Amino acid sequence: MLRFENVGLRYGIGPEVVRDLNFDIAPQSFQFLTGPSGAGKTTMLRLMLLSLRPTRGAIRIFGEDAASLDKDAITALRRRIGVVFQDFRLLDHLTTYENVALPLRVMERSESGYRAEVVELLRWVGLGDRMNALPPVLSGGEKQRAAIARALIVRPELLLADEPTGNVDPSLARRLLRLFVELHKSGTAVVIATHDLGLMDQFGYARRLVVGDGQLKVFEGDSL
Amino acid sequence: MTSPDSRGLPPDSELKRDMPLVPPDSIAGRALIVVIAIMTFLACLTAGGAILVAEASEGWRAEVSRDVTIQVKPRPGEDADTLVAAAAAIAASAPGVADVHAYSNAESEKLLAPWLGEGFDLGQLPIPRLIIVHMQSGRRDDLQPLREALSARAPEANLDDHRQWLARLDTMANAVVVFAAALFALMIVAMATAIGFATRGAMAGAREIIEVLHFVGATDSYVARQFQGHFLRLGLRGAAIGGMAAALFFALAALFSGWGGQSAGGEEIASLFGAFELGALGYIAILAICLGIAGLTGFLSRQIVFRQLRSLL
Repeated sequence: MLRFENVGLRYGIGPEVVRDLNFDIAPQSFQFLTGPSGAGKTTMLRLMLLSLRPTRGAIRIFGEDAASLDKDAITALRRRIGVVFQDFRLLDHLTTYENVALPLRVMERSESGYRAEVVELLRWVGLGDRMNALPPVLSGGEKQRAAIARALIVRPELLLADEPTGNVDPSLARRLLRLFVELHKSGTAVVIATHDLGLMDQFGYARRLVVGDGQLKVFEGDSL
Repeated sequence: MTSPDSRGLPPDSELKRDMPLVPPDSIAGRALIVVIAIMTFLACLTAGGAILVAEASEGWRAEVSRDVTIQVKPRPGEDADTLVAAAAAIAASAPGVADVHAYSNAESEKLLAPWLGEGFDLGQLPIPRLIIVHMQSGRRDDLQPLREALSARAPEANLDDHRQWLARLDTMANAVVVFAAALFALMIVAMATAIGFATRGAMAGAREIIEVLHFVGATDSYVARQFQGHFLRLGLRGAAIGGMAAALFFALAALFSGWGGQSAGGEEIASLFGAFELGALGYIAILAICLGIAGLTGFLSRQIVFRQLRSLL
């Protein structure tokens, strides 16, 4: 569903921040993207989300060559991708309910048509009593769950999560991870960027995409 | 308190869900409302002033073009009263004449009193006597029979149809209207520039919102519509405030000009602007300006937002 072929990226005339990236993300797969801080994990996620264009190489996503896509086509593809940002990126003037419903709202679906889905998901992630709260009054864990719920609401084929457990305590981190596993079991390909080795060890079957010095090494789950 | 429905969903009243995607209240937004309100007020004043002058000049022209003056200059030894009476009789019998009023000696002296003082003898001065002729219409052709009759039967009488004065009035009124139109156009350009700056400022402030909207699958046209709606609402609020202030200004000006109309200054102003009453056309123009400015705000913001969105991936 997603393939990188000799992908490299440089900003301006600087050195390549990532280079020679060759890997693919299969449907219904589960993988961690890991590496030291500043190694390029977020950059790789942005390349996967098509919010950055590679300076060389090719990215194929859902069978399309990313270089040939116009903005509307990219938008259509993004509707098949869920993304959880490291800093949550919740809109502070919208309630938790409105933030989670945002992907459906921008598809111009009627509010009465999606209310049940959103409320059910909010209850599932434990935010049933925080639906009218604004992000500034939510705790770090609540924001994290709201951001995850927003990514899941469209039942994405591919989920990209950047340090989704970085701001929560270990027990909540495990709960959130279980949430991703549930999603994976229901057929979504999951890519989780993290540098938490303990967390990855709990899911030994997952692939590991290890980025360092701008290059990528892939370790299949079985080889661990 | 309303109870949840059978699926356990919270009722409408308990779920906040109508917040616009672009935050409605921001410092930049309030500043833009103030700018639009002031510009709308000035634009409405300019347009209203132009309409007042245009309507008043129509009034002057209609008034002045229907009145003509016969000047009678008696030669030494001639009796002025007899000549005036003869010329007035010729005028009264001419076709198209509605009314003739010959200024008597006393009236002429009163007319000149501000310059020559009281108690002078008009007969001692080489000053023409005046006959005011009020025509039935303002058409120039109607004066021809009167002009011919006077020329044949009262050669000492001279007909003044105020053509020069009318031409000057026309020029002045047209100049005022053209000046007002230019001022109006400049204000629209200034306002469009201010709206452009404000939109770019709001876009910069809302960059994160735009990025999030893109990442969750919003199209450019959807994002642009949100900003257009936001700026249209700001434009409507600012234009409504400015338009209402201008309408209030004209209403109060009409009221005060009615009170002050008896004073010398009041008469001068009334002669230039009429009774300062804008009339239905003026208020319709104010409404049209308000709607136009709100629409312009929405349109410009959409164009700017689209241009900036094109630069984002």
